[in-house]
Amino acid sequence: MSGAFRIGNAGRLTPARTARFTFDGKTYTGVEGDTLASALLANGVHLVGRSFKYHRPRGFLSAGAEEPNALVEISRDSARKTPNVRATVQELYDGLSAKSQNRWPSLSFDVGAVNDVASPFFSAGFYYKTFMWPKSAWKNLYEPNIRSAAGLGVAPDQPDPDHYSSRFAHCDVLVLGGGAAGLAAALAAAETGVRVIVADEQAEFGGALRFESGARIEDQDGWAWAQDVVARLKGMSNVRVLPRTTAFGYYAQNFVGMVERVSDHLADPGHDVPRERLWQVRAKRVVLATGAIERHMVFADNDRPGVMLASAARTYLNHYGVAVGRNVGVYTANDSAYAAAIDLKKAGVNVAAIVDLRDNPSGSLIDQARAAGIEIHDGRAVTRVGGKLRVSSMTVQPKNGGGERTIAIDALLMSAGWTPSVHLFSQSRGKVAFNDDKRFVPGTYAQDCVSVGACNGTDGLAASIDEAYAAGAKAAKEAGGKATKGNKPKVDADEIWSRGMLGSAPGAGPDTTVKAFVDFQNDVTAKDIRQAVREGMRSIEHVKRFTTNGMATDQGKTSNMHGLAIAADMLGKSIPEVGLTTFRAPYTPVTFGAIISHARGPLFDPTRRTPMHGWAEKHGAVFEDVGQWKRAWYFPQAGEDMHAAVNRECVAVRKTAGLFDASTLGKIEVVGPDAAKFMELLYTNPWEKLEVGRCRYGIMLREDGFIYDDGVVGRLAADRFHVTTTTGGAARVMNHMEDYLQTEFPHLNVWLTSISEQWAVIAVQGPKSRDIIAPLVEGIDMSDEAMPHMSVREGKICGVTTRLFRMSFTGDRGFEVNVPADYGQAVWEALWAEGRKHDAAAYGTEAMHVLRAEKGYIIVGQDTDGTVTPNDAGLDWAVGRKKTDFVGIRGLTRPDLVAKGRKQLVGLKTKDPKIVLEEGAQVVDNPNQPIPMKMIGHVTSSYWSENCGRSIALALVAGGRDRMGETLYVPMPDKVIEAEVTGMVFFDEKGERLNG
Amino acid sequence: MAKAVQKTGISQAERHPALAGRNASAAHVTLSVLEPAERVSLRAPEASLAALSKALGLTLPKKPKTSASKDGRFALWLGPDEWLVIDEAAGDPLGDCGKVKQLHSAVGVSHRNVAIGVTGPGVEATLSAGCPQDLSLTAFPVGACSRTIFGKVEVVLYRTAEDTFRVECWRSFSDYVFTFLSEAARDAAA
Amino acid sequence: MLLIRCPYCEEERPELEFRNAGEAHIARPTDIAAISDDDFEKFFFIRANPKGIIYERWRHVHGCARFFNAVRDTVSDKFVMTYKAGEPKPSKLPGVSK
Repeated sequence: MSGAFRIGNAGRLTPARTARFTFDGKTYTGVEGDTLASALLANGVHLVGRSFKYHRPRGFLSAGAEEPNALVEISRDSARKTPNVRATVQELYDGLSAKSQNRWPSLSFDVGAVNDVASPFFSAGFYYKTFMWPKSAWKNLYEPNIRSAAGLGVAPDQPDPDHYSSRFAHCDVLVLGGGAAGLAAALAAAETGVRVIVADEQAEFGGALRFESGARIEDQDGWAWAQDVVARLKGMSNVRVLPRTTAFGYYAQNFVGMVERVSDHLADPGHDVPRERLWQVRAKRVVLATGAIERHMVFADNDRPGVMLASAARTYLNHYGVAVGRNVGVYTANDSAYAAAIDLKKAGVNVAAIVDLRDNPSGSLIDQARAAGIEIHDGRAVTRVGGKLRVSSMTVQPKNGGGERTIAIDALLMSAGWTPSVHLFSQSRGKVAFNDDKRFVPGTYAQDCVSVGACNGTDGLAASIDEAYAAGAKAAKEAGGKATKGNKPKVDADEIWSRGMLGSAPGAGPDTTVKAFVDFQNDVTAKDIRQAVREGMRSIEHVKRFTTNGMATDQGKTSNMHGLAIAADMLGKSIPEVGLTTFRAPYTPVTFGAIISHARGPLFDPTRRTPMHGWAEKHGAVFEDVGQWKRAWYFPQAGEDMHAAVNRECVAVRKTAGLFDASTLGKIEVVGPDAAKFMELLYTNPWEKLEVGRCRYGIMLREDGFIYDDGVVGRLAADRFHVTTTTGGAARVMNHMEDYLQTEFPHLNVWLTSISEQWAVIAVQGPKSRDIIAPLVEGIDMSDEAMPHMSVREGKICGVTTRLFRMSFTGDRGFEVNVPADYGQAVWEALWAEGRKHDAAAYGTEAMHVLRAEKGYIIVGQDTDGTVTPNDAGLDWAVGRKKTDFVGIRGLTRPDLVAKGRKQLVGLKTKDPKIVLEEGAQVVDNPNQPIPMKMIGHVTSSYWSENCGRSIALALVAGGRDRMGETLYVPMPDKVIEAEVTGMVFFDEKGERLNG
Repeated sequence: MAKAVQKTGISQAERHPALAGRNASAAHVTLSVLEPAERVSLRAPEASLAALSKALGLTLPKKPKTSASKDGRFALWLGPDEWLVIDEAAGDPLGDCGKVKQLHSAVGVSHRNVAIGVTGPGVEATLSAGCPQDLSLTAFPVGACSRTIFGKVEVVLYRTAEDTFRVECWRSFSDYVFTFLSEAARDAAA
Repeated sequence: MLLIRCPYCEEERPELEFRNAGEAHIARPTDIAAISDDDFEKFFFIRANPKGIIYERWRHVHGCARFFNAVRDTVSDKFVMTYKAGEPKPSKLPGVSK
């Protein structure tokens, strides 16, 4: 038996297909197709949670996504724990384990409920007013405590083991909502042959037909028609049907974000399917068929478990075959609750009474209720309910006051009317209009979309389907489809509900202090909203923030209109004058997993490896991240720490030679008859006269005169340059060059091609470098006469094409061997074998940094920071003085760039040669001045240099070159370090080793 | 000193293509790392196209998102003056372009790119996991090609059959692209 | 994510393929080395930043790689039109009354 409240012959589930589950450790039995909510209700369980602020006992309000109360934690294992799952949405599977939240020690006895008694202290704006002082206590004391006492579920504390996927999709017509209207629209559009996507948040399509009874469409039961349409749509190749898919955000140009819950309903999802799938859909036309949400009645203690929306009770009965009680009361200001009462009565549930706030309600539903023998108390209100953990009675009073009567019940069904779901329409930047029927409905459209059915304020099944079918056909036509061949579905239904009320009901008026909840999830009562207005809030946006009405995870789906009406009443203004708060994405909460989808772990960001990465790994390299690249940092040998390894590598390079993987350098081939002219414009240096086969160190500026990038450029032919850039600058330098070429110098016949990844680059540096390379090279004369420093030759190495550069970033004789990337590893290995004969070392980026610093070679982005000119960096020699134009030429003559006292790059030698300065440390000229001291510069590069036998540093210092020999000071927390200003070259000042 | 070395003394470097040995298949999609090919990044003004087409043996396409192919050689339109020429038939497209006197830029990029073949009924779903373009046959027919985005990297897509795409990416991004495609392929049934 | 019509690819493509490149129709002076400090300031630092119609540069960086110009409304975020680099500022805008 799947619960004592399961009714035979009612509902659409198959009772034999049971599923066992636990709630708070207790085992229950439900039926496949149940939600956790329907399965618990079938077992007579209404109490499922404690409220956010007052810890009041709560049950199920709804049977859908709007649920504010029944939030539970679902866990599959210790890592797979999802808090704040709406029990009304969670589908049951065999073995499901759920836990209530926000209670201690147990759901029925919760210590936190003392807040309910102490509630006079917790009125609207309480946090803002109470925890004002002292200011510092907010961060350390108040906020952490408030957050742990309030709040809902507990976030999982382990990495999420599930995976999530994503999909971009494109369609002609996107239908959001798969109720009667959505299905009719989808059908009409699909019949024209255009591409259609139809999505619904529920497991099954049908929307309100889920609880509807009696309506017939195309001579079928309404629900059966819906399933039939879905089957037809699924069979069409131009249609994608997405159940369990919530459109959570509507963005510009009909771009809609949706989340499909792929496996949360499966007992054993396995590893192949993702948990959720993010859909990013671009549609030519969107049809919004998002329906309407029933409002609750606002009266004292309307949050007691067992008090729920009438449509929810009807859903539990007609779809799930579950009675929400044995003796129910109904409280309504609207016809639809009558339909629920009638259905329950027919199913054998006693309906104690219908209390209708309206005087003399009339219509076929009212007549039917009377005919069924249900007592109707019209012109009356339910002023409060009895019971704590479950409703036990309702107290009925004439709405204008008078004698009370208490009626025993075990569930109360309420309906204040229906609110069109304009959330997505509003997100699309459409403007809502308040219609004569006191409903906000779509007014002015901002995008190519249309609303149909209940979300458009259209009442009645027949009218909704007519409207939707026509809209679907029109949308398809506008998206380029042909005229539909089908006919609109024939509807036979008479239920129409358009009436209702907004705001607080009698008994919860201004003169009372009862807790009549407007927003269940954030524990906002009618009194709180009135208080907000009394305390001076005039804008509905302020009322919202002050009371937090509508700010919970349910985004005020049931509360917004009531809150607005109460505020408007207090303000003495009409509802449209007060205005609606803005609807924002997401419509319902979206997991981070879905948003991130594939972008985690190795796919979080690309990891780029050079062709020689495997070799470096095999040889024990420690890698450092340089942008997305993994670069070999140093190669420790047995027993070596980083310091020892770097020292050894630095010494080896200068003593014999070293091999360095420079493949990550950006490389651009500049080709065309105007190549040199283009280079003249993009770099400070002169290029026209650079001979073919020669190289030059180039500096690139931005238009403002500051150094942007640098690199060695080789001229391969009159019309062909091989340009190198910094590793980090590769992409932006290419963009910068393309920008000028395409938009400022389009007359030049030259083209740029990125060849960064075409060529693997092996730097061989040191006195033995030529001896290592030469045996492997063919077709290139490597003698000093034939191939001097700063030259480039094309030929072969190890039988493959090479662009061989003679250049140095160490100050020693050096080469950079470029080979096609796939040959990088093999050529490296060949060079390594040769190198071993000369005791060469492999060195990493750290040694590279030290070696270049020993020679005062700058690194753009380390020794420069976007405010450094060539002159500041001591590179004036690289600026072509005779040139009349290059990017940055005018910037260089700006007053501030030629002013005295600019920070200039200089060397620093600590008085104590053993002290290595910290990079980034500030420099002062008088350590005895009062704090804050005047800082005149900072250390940009600093290393221990084994080759110099001392520490070395580069620093940007105001007027630095005029301070040669001066002692400056670097104040540190524990001491002040003295350092002497020097030139930037610490090793081989004469530069004799380039040919050594 | 470094004189011309005896040819016989130098052993030929072995080629180690990226992703060598990688492959993946899921129910609806198979991924394969395609054989190394010759590639040229070709840039040229309109006036040079006839001569270049003649030299390459195929007509360089002028229409956006289109390609030309002949005897194992493809020319993909990437921009108004830009083509990616791929030769899978052991030809020498760089050499062919080199014979053309008319204005152009031909740069060898054979090793810069890695090509991954994605084939099967789930090919659109697989690529749509990371590519924001409409890849339906109407919008992206057989023969269509485009530089675009896949996840966080740039790729060139070339549809060679209704159920087959060639995905070209830069060498160091190929691991990312292949891993992403493998993950997406698992989800391509939906 | 916006859809942007690339005037070179002749179709709308997803924004992810594009990159904004700042205000359009600011020509680099051909005699830039000779211009005054004030003129350099105007050229390099001063931008209109209007509320409403803006003329700006975009690059189809992950597509055809071309820079082009666009007219966009900074209030609605809607693209009014796009046109090729080097083409003059359009004198008439489609669908804009002012």
